[in-house]
Amino acid sequence: MSQPGVTMEFKMHPELPPPAMTVGVVGWFRQNLFSSLANTILTLVAVYMLYITLVPLIQWAFIDSNWAGTSRDDCTGGGACWVFIVKRLDQFIYGFYPEAERWRVQLSFALLAALCVPLFVKRLPKKVWLGAFLLFVYPVLAFFLLYGGPFGLQVIATDQWGGLMLTLVLSSVGMVASLPIGILLALGRRSTMPIVRTFCVAFIELWRGVPLITVLFMSSVMLPLFFPEGVTLDKLVRALIGITLFESAYMAEVVRGGLQAIPKGQYEAAKALGLNFWKSMALIVMPQALKLVIPGIVNTFIALFKDTTLVIIIGLFDILGAVEAAIKDPSWLGYAIEGYVFAALVFWIFCYGMSRYSQALERKLSTGHTQ
Amino acid sequence: MTNQQTAETSTVPIIEIENMHKWFGQFHVLRDINLKVNKGERFVICGPSGSGKSTLIRCINRLEDHQQGRIAVDGTELTDDLKNIETIRREVGMVFQHFNLFPHLTILDNLVLAPLWVRKMPKSEAEEIAMRYLERVKIPEQAAKYPGQLSGGQQQRVAIARALCMNPKIMLFDEPTSALDPEMIKEVLDVMIELAEEGMTMLCVTHEMGFAKTVANEVIFMDEGQIVEKAEPDTFFNKPKSDRTRQFLSQILTH
Repeated sequence: MSQPGVTMEFKMHPELPPPAMTVGVVGWFRQNLFSSLANTILTLVAVYMLYITLVPLIQWAFIDSNWAGTSRDDCTGGGACWVFIVKRLDQFIYGFYPEAERWRVQLSFALLAALCVPLFVKRLPKKVWLGAFLLFVYPVLAFFLLYGGPFGLQVIATDQWGGLMLTLVLSSVGMVASLPIGILLALGRRSTMPIVRTFCVAFIELWRGVPLITVLFMSSVMLPLFFPEGVTLDKLVRALIGITLFESAYMAEVVRGGLQAIPKGQYEAAKALGLNFWKSMALIVMPQALKLVIPGIVNTFIALFKDTTLVIIIGLFDILGAVEAAIKDPSWLGYAIEGYVFAALVFWIFCYGMSRYSQALERKLSTGHTQ
Repeated sequence: MTNQQTAETSTVPIIEIENMHKWFGQFHVLRDINLKVNKGERFVICGPSGSGKSTLIRCINRLEDHQQGRIAVDGTELTDDLKNIETIRREVGMVFQHFNLFPHLTILDNLVLAPLWVRKMPKSEAEEIAMRYLERVKIPEQAAKYPGQLSGGQQQRVAIARALCMNPKIMLFDEPTSALDPEMIKEVLDVMIELAEEGMTMLCVTHEMGFAKTVANEVIFMDEGQIVEKAEPDTFFNKPKSDRTRQFLSQILTH
């Protein structure tokens, strides 16, 4: 291409550092807080708002508060009376579970924590088995620990369960059971078989169209009417079934959103390799679809976790129920704010934990591919 | 070279298509298709877009169903019977225009997936085979990466290797180079030419006429759902019988 005799030499331009005012702490402040006059004013207003709200809050919750003591007479600081929470903590966590047997709840919590920690360790071999144990064996273990029966463990009827323990039982069973049912419903809704599809559509639309409160009422009041004489189903079990079916309808729609985002070529490539329907779903489509909808799944989980508080209307005392009962205790009247702040904090810790875990999971599963 | 290749092919038909028709709803996409492919033969199918060439090869592994006529692959007839369909898909490899690698799996896992789950091969053996094919398509060093980290040409070579890992008797290529940047077309075609030289039975939908001239036993020209002309490359390019073929060739060969 080049003309004879004329040679052009390609020279690399030297790499230069960016201007000093655009990087580092100063650059960050300039860019994010004081980039224009309007933004500077907004920044100052925001700082002032934080000042007028946070300072009294810290004053109330920490500086003027009382932590140690035995009765309301020990709350002399004028701030929050955490004595109330400390005194009633056992009730908030265990409900009416007999004191002598509470080690069983502690043991099942500790077991769960001990099993979960290794899941966070990167590159641990045989993690799948640990996960399977957690999903299939642990619930059975936990049931016998909490409910009793074998090994001479005293039976603790479910009407004595309560507090945080009940909240965790309701939400974890709801989550673990609603995801697989939701996946099956989502697949069914996209099926080409008319009967399967109609059933799934009807199921999803029916359960989504009803408020959870109604479902819980039906499960506790109406369902027993349909049982034959002498057959009873535990109230907690009925609530669990209701919550699970209700949440699985939501889960189905979340998962369906993920399925629709998977390009047709993925299904075709799986088929062309000879994979049958279930294998291509389990190995190709679901791993990608579920990864896409992690935010939606966790969103549903968080909603479910908070929705468990509704069981109070059928006479089950979850953590919020336990707090509300304690507030009405005449010897602690007037400390409702402390009770609700505590309950809110507990819910926030769990929900924020789930949120953070989902973000970490998304980062971990990212393979840098957007098709 | 062409003569030598012809000598390798046998006269046992591995794909038989007789009086096959297909409709998409009311639209008659494939009209009275008759085609016999012998073991070891390489067919190139070309034609304007919408002529039904992709649909035709997608019927061979039942990604599309046909409504009339008969298709038999390797002695098994394609019906609604899922068992038959899966048997045939195990023996027929397919390479797509958009690669369709599985983005959530590493290259190696893409390759071993079907041998592990369809052929029930032990993992070590499947990985050994996968690495052998990755070396053949000249990218063994990419085994641990994800498809999203590879160039288009590399991805398509992985897709070819993935199909080959199932040790197929037939390879179908659906416009394998159409989605590639120009500088990557050659690396994919080279792999395909090598495959052809080894005697693989191949059906390839492509506009790469150079490829057709080098490796095809027969070139098929399709238009409006019909096979217009079927001839050896020499005859096809130099003495096409139909006006429609001549017109098509003049359009694609001038630039």
